[in-house]
Amino acid sequence: MTLVYAFLVSGFFCLISQIVLDNFKITPGHATALFTVVGSILSFFGIYEKLIKLSGAGATVLISNFGHMLYQGAMEGYKNEGALGLFTGMLSKSSAAITSAIIFAFVLSLIFKPKD
Amino acid sequence: MNKKEYKKLVDKYTPKEDKLKNALISFIVGGLIGLIGEFFIEILIKCYSFEREIASIWLCLTLILFGSLSTALSFFDDWVSKIKMGLILPTTGFSHSITSAALDYKKDGVISLGSNFFKLAGSVILYGIISAFFLSLLGVIIYG
Repeated sequence: MTLVYAFLVSGFFCLISQIVLDNFKITPGHATALFTVVGSILSFFGIYEKLIKLSGAGATVLISNFGHMLYQGAMEGYKNEGALGLFTGMLSKSSAAITSAIIFAFVLSLIFKPKD
Repeated sequence: MNKKEYKKLVDKYTPKEDKLKNALISFIVGGLIGLIGEFFIEILIKCYSFEREIASIWLCLTLILFGSLSTALSFFDDWVSKIKMGLILPTTGFSHSITSAALDYKKDGVISLGSNFFKLAGSVILYGIISAFFLSLLGVIIYG
């Protein structure tokens, strides 16, 4: 059943972003930044946690999950270390995504040539 | 010809995008990525007894590698022109934006590559961190 919800949730987010992109004058780059912010707002209200419980990877494959992980990391940091934890914990959970994206992009850009 | 007439003429010849079709395609492709991702995670959990959190990090890495590799092999732009947000909103879009910037600025030298690396993905990281920081301040005040 989680598979069905995974399809519906990630499809629904992509549908909304496509509608926003078609009806307002923004670029895809703006839309991804917007949905990252939406992810952290949903995480603030505790909705994103429920979406992940409901649909598993349906919610974690999206870029909104990045905003969710930033917020959760900061809050967990605050619980463990107090006010300093907001700064030290912020990137703790999303480190894998950023680091791997940088490494893969750098290595692959050394190997391959851009299309003319 | 005044401005209004000109605008009418331009509107007439601008190719109209089928919004319904775009929305439907991005729904199906985005949904399929979520479905395949969940399938991948359940295989990791059942066959290799991973924990769910670890498995979702592996999924994230796989998607990023997939996005980077298909950008480097120059498939990704062709797919995006057909599928649009269905491919950009999942994590693949994040790695695509970094890899395409890296490929574009590679020929200008090392310094240029470094300074333009986050040209497209920078807004995701910046606004993500800014919003998460102020929301977590608010969360600390409200939830304690």
